[in-house]
Parts: sequence; structure tokens; C-alpha cells
Amino acid sequence: MKLTTKLLAATAMVAASSASAVELEVTHWWTSGGEAAAVSEFAKAFNATEHTWVDGAIAGSGGTARPIIISRILGGDPMHATQLNHGRQAEELVEAGLMLDLTDVAEAEGWADVVNPSRLLDSCTLDGKVYCVPVNIHSPQWLWLSHAAYEKAGVDVPADWFEFVDSADALKEAGVVPLAMGQQSWQTNLAFGAIMVAVGGTDLYLDVLTNKNAEAAASPEMTKVFEAFAAARLLSEGSNVQDWNQATNLVITGQAGGQIHGDWAQGEFQVAEQVAGTDYTCLPGLGVNEIIATGGDAFYFPKSDDPEITAAQKELASLMISREVQVAFNLKKGSLPIRGDVDLSAANDCMKKGLAILAAGNVLPDGVNAFSADTQGQIDDLTVEFWNDTSITVEDAQARYVDIIEDAD
Amino acid sequence: MAVTDTGQTGAGAKKPSPLFKNLTAKIAAIPMIMTALVVFIGCTLWTIYHSFTKSRLLPAPEKWVGLENYERLWSENRWIVSIENLAIYGACSLILSLTIGFILAALLDRKIRFENTIRTIILYPFALSFVVTGLVWQWILNPQLGLQNVVRSWGWETFTFDPINNADIVIYGILIAGIWQGSGFVMVLLLAGMRGIDEDVWKASRVEGIPAWKTYIFIVIPMMRPVFVTALVIISAGIIKVYDLVVAQTSGGPGIASEVPAKYVIEKMFTSQNLGLGFAASTMMLLSVLVVLIPWAYLEFGGKKNG
Repeated sequence: MKLTTKLLAATAMVAASSASAVELEVTHWWTSGGEAAAVSEFAKAFNATEHTWVDGAIAGSGGTARPIIISRILGGDPMHATQLNHGRQAEELVEAGLMLDLTDVAEAEGWADVVNPSRLLDSCTLDGKVYCVPVNIHSPQWLWLSHAAYEKAGVDVPADWFEFVDSADALKEAGVVPLAMGQQSWQTNLAFGAIMVAVGGTDLYLDVLTNKNAEAAASPEMTKVFEAFAAARLLSEGSNVQDWNQATNLVITGQAGGQIHGDWAQGEFQVAEQVAGTDYTCLPGLGVNEIIATGGDAFYFPKSDDPEITAAQKELASLMISREVQVAFNLKKGSLPIRGDVDLSAANDCMKKGLAILAAGNVLPDGVNAFSADTQGQIDDLTVEFWNDTSITVEDAQARYVDIIEDAD
Repeated sequence: MAVTDTGQTGAGAKKPSPLFKNLTAKIAAIPMIMTALVVFIGCTLWTIYHSFTKSRLLPAPEKWVGLENYERLWSENRWIVSIENLAIYGACSLILSLTIGFILAALLDRKIRFENTIRTIILYPFALSFVVTGLVWQWILNPQLGLQNVVRSWGWETFTFDPINNADIVIYGILIAGIWQGSGFVMVLLLAGMRGIDEDVWKASRVEGIPAWKTYIFIVIPMMRPVFVTALVIISAGIIKVYDLVVAQTSGGPGIASEVPAKYVIEKMFTSQNLGLGFAASTMMLLSVLVVLIPWAYLEFGGKKNG
């Protein structure tokens, strides 16, 4: 840093502390249209207090931003607050004592009672202490279907995954790619998880993800999941796209019949001014099991020596979880709020489906919460290799999967 | 004071210690020596040590696990594919960029018209970063937008050229982009080397009636050995660290078919948060460089002492 910048920063700090208001730098990777609009709701609410929100958006997805965020925290140049997916990603940072303990705020405001599902708060908690604020819920198990594609093929829009597979031939004849799939490994892993819930059922899913039971991973039920996954890979031939939103675009334009993707795909349909129910259909849990895994985003607050900054960090934390901010943020983001006691009547059809499932309590843990980043990466590698190389048999893939689950942590 | 000073200087001049010869130059070199020792050797040793530990997001020097990371590394399909890709990419890129670079340089060396313009055009891709190169070639090789579409629109309806989406040949798609980007630079290097060849050599060969191509192969190339070595080192360094080209062009796909070791290291270290495994992979990369470098250095420098 140049000397002048340092001096300026020092002056700014002195000026700020004299007014007992501080500037908090907040990093996140919400840069697409809807995401940026959502995050500005946080900024607006925080700027309404005497403090100032300094936006530190990092372009690129979490995969690009996370290493930058983590290396800044480790390198002794921490921001004041940062987005991370809660769960295991920040575990070691918390263990190393680099994150601010928010337990007093959480207890004072009774987070344990308002956060629904409570699992979200659990994944922010380590040794009984709360280290992050969950801000939204995203679920990956959705099947998005294009009405235009099905009209072209002259068949009804399927109501679940099995009907979708049956309708694939009609789609192919009409020159439509049945299943759009981006090439990046996390997308195939996401589809794998969704098919696992739909075909294998929730018991199998929980046994493998939560108990890391290698026997369950080797079971005949799991073989069925791999067989379904192997059938699905044949449906995506010809959808040579990289990014998830390019794949979603194939569905929007009717070039592909459907896509297995998370609820954030909805933003793309909204931008294209399509209406749920008439232009596209969304099936949570692939229409088979009306159940969703709840991942999502959370904010962590790296420790600071300055008590005023610490106070402002806690203020921001309680602001993010407050009712008004939750509603404003999640409506823009298209995600579900983390507290059940808010009014979301402005939500669209797909969001309402998600809310209903959430209210019924049909929720599962997400892979991000269950596995370490390392295990998650291994499953990414396996699924993407299997998806793209049809010479790998179901048996080989399952054997490798069992190995991964055996060593999983 | 002045007297003592003179006395000391006199005494020092009588017994010059070899350590204090060119003292100023040595002092000036200290920062560079320290950088080399601490940054390169120090950090390399640190990395090698930690590759034997179970370091996850943070380095954990106390969790010693022996060869566990290396065992997992060599059991992973993705690493094997990465190594194979690097071998194919490396061998082809080395041979082709030297050959193409040399042929282009030899053609330009024939004192053609507009040499400056042509040289600039051929060197131009080198001014582009690998990320831009990768994106450009992703579009050119895209079957719906690029080359295949153009040839088909010329009337050759069955023409198929789709390396990016074919797992068997995707690495050659990356190779094309790499060579397009790099061979201009090799050409300029070799051209500079050719211009350094004495004009009299050419006169002599003309007097003897040796054809130009023979002169190039049997006289010019052996005389250009140092330039070739320079080009070789620069190309090899580029090959080992190839990363951004792959990320921009294919991001390792389809599947894991175009993965490379550098990408493996980065992703295991930062995305998978497994530093130990990443360090093990980078140690293997260092080892492969040393396997090539040590015999070469032995031949190059060891030979001189004997001769």
C-alpha cells in the first residue's frame, strides 16, 4: 500500500471513530443482476444506521471468490464481514480463532427460536458458539422444464423425473436435447445429489451423507441411483455448454427439455420474463419426493482488535437476520428466508412451492454441510468424469464412490 | 585518525582475501542471493515438508502422515489424466512450436518485402494473454459458431471438426491454441539468432554451391545452439505451468479430459481445501522438472569442465 493511501486510511479511521461510526468492508460474490440488487438491500439497511457499508464484491462464482476471501483472512488483511457458504468451508478458520464469536447476539435475539430449519444455525455453530449469520436458503433439487420444448415434441409436460425420462425419446425426435447440463463438475454433482434423493430416497441420502455409511453407498439402492444417473448422461448429449446459466438458457429458449438445477435458476427465467406454470414448470425434488436440501449463504465476521468495529459487526449481524431485511433481501434474491415468521406473499409460484415444503419440514442437509470441501471435490471429479465418459460402467463408478465415502470426512 | 586509516588500507592491500574481492559487487548481490535462498529454496523445502502432512485449509506441520498424500495422488484418475495430458501437450508443443517457429524465421530471413509487417502480425498473438487466447479458440472451435460451421457453409456438409467437445482429442484443441499463441515468439527469438550468423558463412556456402535448405540444417542450426537452448527453456517453462489456457478454453472438460497438473494443484489447494495433497502434486511437478533438468545441466556444464 502506498504511504498516501495509508495516511488517508488512517485519517479516515480517526475521523470515523470520532463520530463513533465505522466503515465495514463486506466481501461477497453476488454480482449478477438479481444478486447485486439483493445485496444492496443489506447495504441500504446498514447505511441507515450511523455506519457505512463498503462493498467488496468479487466477480466470478464462489470458486473464484472463496480462495481470495480465505487468503485475505489468513494473510492478516481480513475484511470486516464476508459471505461464505456455511458449513464446513470455514470450519478451520473458526477453529484457528480467526472469526468473531456472535453467541451473545444470537442469545439476546433468540436466533435458535427463529431460524427455520434449525440446521442452518447448527452449521454456524461450533462447540456451542455461533460464528455466522445464515441469510438465505437455496435448494439444489429442482427440475426445470420448458413448455415450448414439450409443445414442439407434442407430449405433455412431465410431472416427475420418471415421466421426464420416458418423454426423452419424443423430445429427441423433435430435435430437442432432453436434458441440458453445464460442463462444470459442481453441476454434475448437483444433478447426482438430486437424482439420489429422487431415485434412492431420503433414507439412503441421509445414511450416506450424514452417517457416511460406506455400506449404504455400496447397497443395491445406490446402484439404482447410479443406473439412473447413467441413463441421464445419455440424455444430455449435444448440450455442449459450460456455465449453468447457458444450460438454463437452452431450457428458456426451448432447445432443451429440462435441466436439473438449483432454485437460483429461477432468476434466469424471471429475467427472460417467463411465467412459472405457463412458460416453464419447476419440480422440487424432481417431482418424486417433495423434499429439498437446504444449503445457502451465510456471513462470517473476521475478528478485529478494534472494539468499535466489533460492535458494528454485531450490529450488522443482527440487522441481516432481522425480519424486514430478510424479506427485502430474499425477494430480490429469489431465495427462501431463513426465518419462518415473515410474510412472503409477494413471492412467485416456485418460491411458494419451496416455502410450503419448508413449512412442512421436508428438509435434508446439503452436501456442502455434510462433507468437507475435499470430499465434495472428489465427488465432483467422479460425477463429472462419469457423466462425460460413457465407457465408465455403473459398477466402476459405484466402487469409486464407496471408496470416497469410506475416507469421507 | 587519518594516519591509522592509511595504515589499515595499506595492510589490507598486502593480503587480499578472496572473500573480499569485488566486495561492492558481492554486497550488491546479497538481496538477490537472499531472495533465491529464502523464496525459492526455502519455500520449496517448506512445501515438500508439508506435502507429508495432513494440512487442510491451514498448514499443519504437526500432523505427519508420511506418504499418504502421494498414495492418494497416484490413485486418483484425475491426476493420471493430467499427467498424460501434460506429456502429450508438452511433447507436441515443444516440437511443433520449434519447427513452425524455425520455418517462419527462415522464411523471414530470406530478406522478403514487408518483413516488419509480417513479423508483427505473426508475433501479435503473443501479446494476447492465455485467457484471451483460450476464449478466442473456444469460439473458433465451437461447432455451431466457428470453423466447422464455416466449412459446412462452403458446401462441405459432412465436415466435422469439434475437438473441444470430444474427450479423446480435446487436448489437441488446446494444443492448437497454445501453438498459435507461442510460435510467433519462438520465431522472433530464432530470427534474432539467425541475424547473428556471420554473413561470411552464407557467402562461403554460396561459393561452395550448397543449397539454402542444407545450409540452414547443417550449418545455421548447429551455430544457433545457444538460441535454441534459450527457446527450449522458455517453451518448457510455459508448458509445465499451462493453466489459464485450459481454464479459459475448456475448464478441464469434457469431464476431466483436458485437466493439467497445475490446475489440479490450484484446485486441490484452494477449492478442495486440501493443502497437503496440493503440495504433494506440486512436489511431483518439481520432481518431473528436475528429472529433465539435471541430466541436461550435467551434459551442458559438466561436459565443459572435462573438455
